[in-house]
Amino acid sequence: MNIIQKIKDAKLTGRGGAGFPTWQKWEAVKNAPGEKKYIIVNGSEGEPGVLKDGFILENYPEELINGVKVALETFENSEAYIYLRKDYYDKYKSKLVELSRDFSITLTREPGGYLCGEESTLIESIEGNRFEPRDKPPFPTEKGLFGMPTLVNNLETFYWISKIAKDEYHSNRFYSLSGDIANPGVFEFSEDLSIEKILKETNNFPEKEFFVQVGGGASGIILTREELENKVTGAGAIIVYDKEKTDPKALMKKWIDFYFNENCGKCVPCREGVYRIKELLENDNLDLEKLKDIVFVLEETSFCPLGKGVAMPFEGFLGKIY
Amino acid sequence: MEKVTIKIDGKDYQAEEGDTILKIAHKNGIKIPSLCFHPDAKARSNCRMCVVEIKGNKNLQTSCSTKVTEGMEIITDSGRIKRARKINLELIFSQHQEECDDCVSLDSCRLLKYQKEFGAEINKFPDRKKNRKIVQTGPIVFDWTKCIDCRLCADVCPVEFLEVENRGADIAIEASSDEKKECINCGQCIVHCPVGAIEAEGEFEEIEKPLADKSKTVIIQFAPAIRSSIGEEFGMEAGSIVTDQMVAGMKKLGFSKVFDTSVAADFTTYEEAQELLERVKTGKNLPAFSSCCPAWVKFLEFYYPEFIHNLCTSRSPQIMMGGILKTYWAKENNVDPKDIIVVSVMPCTAKKFEVKREEMKLENGCFPVDYVLTTREMARLFKKHNIDLKNIEPEKADNPFGDPSGAGVIYGASGGVFESAFRTAYFMATGKNMENVDVKEIRGLEGIKIKELKLGDTILKVAVVSGIKNAQKMLEELKKNPSAFHAMEVMACPGGCIGGGGQPIPNTPEIRKKRAQALYQVDAEKKMRLAHENPSVLEAYEKHFTDKEIIHKVLHTSYQQRKKSEVKELKSSRGD
Repeated sequence: MNIIQKIKDAKLTGRGGAGFPTWQKWEAVKNAPGEKKYIIVNGSEGEPGVLKDGFILENYPEELINGVKVALETFENSEAYIYLRKDYYDKYKSKLVELSRDFSITLTREPGGYLCGEESTLIESIEGNRFEPRDKPPFPTEKGLFGMPTLVNNLETFYWISKIAKDEYHSNRFYSLSGDIANPGVFEFSEDLSIEKILKETNNFPEKEFFVQVGGGASGIILTREELENKVTGAGAIIVYDKEKTDPKALMKKWIDFYFNENCGKCVPCREGVYRIKELLENDNLDLEKLKDIVFVLEETSFCPLGKGVAMPFEGFLGKIY
Repeated sequence: MEKVTIKIDGKDYQAEEGDTILKIAHKNGIKIPSLCFHPDAKARSNCRMCVVEIKGNKNLQTSCSTKVTEGMEIITDSGRIKRARKINLELIFSQHQEECDDCVSLDSCRLLKYQKEFGAEINKFPDRKKNRKIVQTGPIVFDWTKCIDCRLCADVCPVEFLEVENRGADIAIEASSDEKKECINCGQCIVHCPVGAIEAEGEFEEIEKPLADKSKTVIIQFAPAIRSSIGEEFGMEAGSIVTDQMVAGMKKLGFSKVFDTSVAADFTTYEEAQELLERVKTGKNLPAFSSCCPAWVKFLEFYYPEFIHNLCTSRSPQIMMGGILKTYWAKENNVDPKDIIVVSVMPCTAKKFEVKREEMKLENGCFPVDYVLTTREMARLFKKHNIDLKNIEPEKADNPFGDPSGAGVIYGASGGVFESAFRTAYFMATGKNMENVDVKEIRGLEGIKIKELKLGDTILKVAVVSGIKNAQKMLEELKKNPSAFHAMEVMACPGGCIGGGGQPIPNTPEIRKKRAQALYQVDAEKKMRLAHENPSVLEAYEKHFTDKEIIHKVLHTSYQQRKKSEVKELKSSRGD
């Protein structure tokens, strides 16, 4: 059976956070006209609390390279890039070079920060341009790296591609657990498992009052103890916050400092909005109305997923926790 | 292109696949606010003001960059859209230091218009750019305390002199410190800035100066391209011809004489036609480049000095007029040239630089022109004195430089300079006038027009170019094939001077088309359409410009390779 059909049957979705059906990207690249095609492994993993790509690099680099190999075989005249955040690159370079010796695979050290994990920004950065997202359409699958059809999948996604090719995929995913828990780390479970179950299975279910942030440590959504029947979304992180120990304002500041440093400055809601949230959080009395207004435009009107990501934790946090 | 049917606010519209929502909306009179969008540049979609609802999309989408598809359903106005636009506008205001009283964009300010429309609070957040730099290079002043980071200026700058620096909230547009980059003063950044962050030197402070010295003979001249654009500043339709209203206004302001630079253009034509014929005959310094656009001249001097010898040595019309006034006219009228002040009204910011070029100095020590006002400044001066061009009794410009040929008027549009020169060169080469003087094939707003024209037995290959990026393409072409054509007319601004950096804002392709059409209309309606038939020109040559030496001193110039100019830091936009 062809691999794209297998990926479709497996219902694999992208593990980078957006959860897009993987087979659709593969099929789009396969069908897009282009003298050359590019495959990019996105190992930018820049959000606090998300550790799974590093875990795969440490433990299963062969599977990763095998996944890339499957892609190279699927797309005619293709070339692959493994794009890694700086410390991953430095740590795993020699191992990956060794494993990928016989394939046209190039290792790239991410030149920028978190935003370079956004697929079009990633492409811009490889091309040597300003680290800013591109307008879509055209999507990378039609016109990506150097104007050619380009498949950008998260590093973990390639791991599962390898498993699918070997008929060893059973709808599992990796979860990064951190925060106020006893056993932090990366765990593999079915993607259908609820948050509550995952916490219990790993002996991490807190005894004290708590809330969780799910997805990523900046863009993750906020859920309370009553909402733990939900499944894990986004990049698969669960961060547990001890309610008593956590200073809500400090937590908001932590998120916004991250986005303040990582946003590219292109669009108004992100550049100005994040600046103003930072300013609002520095006041003793937090102007909630202004904060909600900015969160609204971040969610509704920001150019790329980074801006929408800023809104995600705030939307649940305001009201549920603060 | 495929036709598609889309729904905007519940009504069906036909559109072409590939068109953006914004384009279709504007075409059908549906108003959508936008700041960072300009039809001259690719959609940046960074101001997020043009957001709309599209059925099937979770969040709002920008209409400037979203292309229509069959069956698309769009809502352009709703509570959700209004709220988003209002908040984004308030965030934009928080970057922009308001100085509305002396803003180039005051009358066309979209920020204020939208502020009223959406009930936005201007000072919802404190201005965060108060301490940003204000810098000047040549006659262009960049006030970064007003910048909203839309980047249109950097996008339209033809020499990539404006660079985007830094990231996040520290993002800044900066004048390049690269020694290999130089501003050519074209002012396209000014007419594309949506918030008036860029202006020309003295745009507000110096407009009264020329009239202050009562002991002097203060003469004003106005460029060909002003007559079809300045009306816009008084609420008139683009392309309204207001030559005589403007003259009346200038007289009311107290200028001793009002002359038409188009008459000087007839002198330029006369000289340039001879230069062209001479070069074609001898084969030297071909192709001949037009030399009346000072931004183009500076571009060549800095970036392509190897082509300097291709420039015609004929001075630009405003400089010729100044020189003629301070030599010939001064003598005829018994006035000491040192007691004459010449003010030019130009559609151009580079003209402010041109008048200060040392090589323009006359033998008597005078610079031909003392002050340059842009179209915008002239309008501002009128308004300040309660002169409304809509309600004024028209008057004729003064003699002997008040009545140009039609050829002198079309100088303001791309192709006009060459068309004028061609009409006269034709006469000089063949001894008779063209049967039909219209050279329609080189008219129009297209950036590059390459045509072959018959001049007697010679086939003249000409390139007519507007926009420096296009000129650069042609120069690169010439490097490969030096005899690709005989002559090249270049205007730095899109469409020629009608789209100049000193012109009223907004300055869009549609507006430029109307301004240009009006100039051709004036030409078509003129009896006298040939520069070499202008009696003022003929009389001057008969009486004064009788030998080569005097002609060269007043009507010709030289060029020089240039170094990068200083980028000065100013304390405030007022230049103090």
